Amino acid sequence: MAHIKVPEGVPGIRSLVMFRPESGQHLYALAQVLLRGESPLTEAERELIAAYVSSRNDCMFCMSSHAAAARYLFKDKRQVVDFVLDDYKSAPINDKLKALLTIAGKVQKNGKEVLPEDVVEARKRGAGDREIHDAVLIAATFSMFNRYVDGLASFTPTDPKAYEEMGVRLGEKGYVLPNKS
Amino acid sequence: MAHINLPEGLPGIRGPMAFRPETAKPLNELAEALLRSENSLSRGDRELIATYVSSLNDCFFCQNAHGGIAQHYLQCDMPFIDAVKKDFQVTPISEKLKSLLAIASSVQKGGKHVKEEQIKKAKSLGATDVEIHDTVLIAAAFCMFNRYVDGLGTWAPQDRQVYVERGPRRAEEGYINFDLYK
Repeated sequence: MAHIKVPEGVPGIRSLVMFRPESGQHLYALAQVLLRGESPLTEAERELIAAYVSSRNDCMFCMSSHAAAARYLFKDKRQVVDFVLDDYKSAPINDKLKALLTIAGKVQKNGKEVLPEDVVEARKRGAGDREIHDAVLIAATFSMFNRYVDGLASFTPTDPKAYEEMGVRLGEKGYVLPNKS
Repeated sequence: MAHINLPEGLPGIRGPMAFRPETAKPLNELAEALLRSENSLSRGDRELIATYVSSLNDCFFCQNAHGGIAQHYLQCDMPFIDAVKKDFQVTPISEKLKSLLAIASSVQKGGKHVKEEQIKKAKSLGATDVEIHDTVLIAAAFCMFNRYVDGLGTWAPQDRQVYVERGPRRAEEGYINFDLYK
């Protein structure tokens, strides 16, 4: 049960933004521009970074929903998502994405963990300022979302089908505020 | 030097915001909603929660920027803010605010560190669901802002007085539609 009285049976962050749309609307706007707005990183790559950071923060709801979104967006390459969540260094992804996941993983711990050499490495692998900025901000943003969702003990479904459906919705519609019922 | 090419001369979060205004907009709107909108928690208390979490994350810019604003709202001095950061339990703040800072402290470690007993205690001291919600989200949001500021290696003025002097102006102008360069 959640720590506060949020709408029953509504999972994760959805229940929280229904409880408090005054802040929720800005959280969704942030997610929409960060994960679906113009970027040199594809939507699939950005969802993958989000899922990876969420797994490091041990947030089942966020990891599962964003992994599902990433699988939907990767289409016939969907297995890449599970390879990355298992061990990104040996996953069949390009070196640029690996370098960005390294940076994201460090941001997840603390911003100061990111060293100049991590950035040099990412640039060597083809990352520019925008890719680095977006990887850092996605990791920072999910360090917030993960704490929000688990900090209020919001409902975390255990059925993988529930997340598959979320993945399709996130992939097709993006981050749209739920209607207050 | 920052990890990416940010516009010159902008301290802390301002550089990244100038670099990418499209993400700055919802970030600023979130800060405005959380820290300045109508709330049963005073602006001073909310800025204090932000300052405290930023100190736990060891983010110099954020803890001083928001510490300076908190000082203005609370009409207190720097030693008071520093005492809260060091050990809020022994400071003369309300028991309710202490229970909320304890929750914020747990959120900083990780969402699952927030314990049922901490929530029960806050409620027994008069904290409403909205106040608990906002405490958790402010703490979580500053875990984001701190990582954004430090993750990009931004610079910050090292003289703490600068932030205290700017406090009243920052409090007045708020988090939306302000001039990044002033």
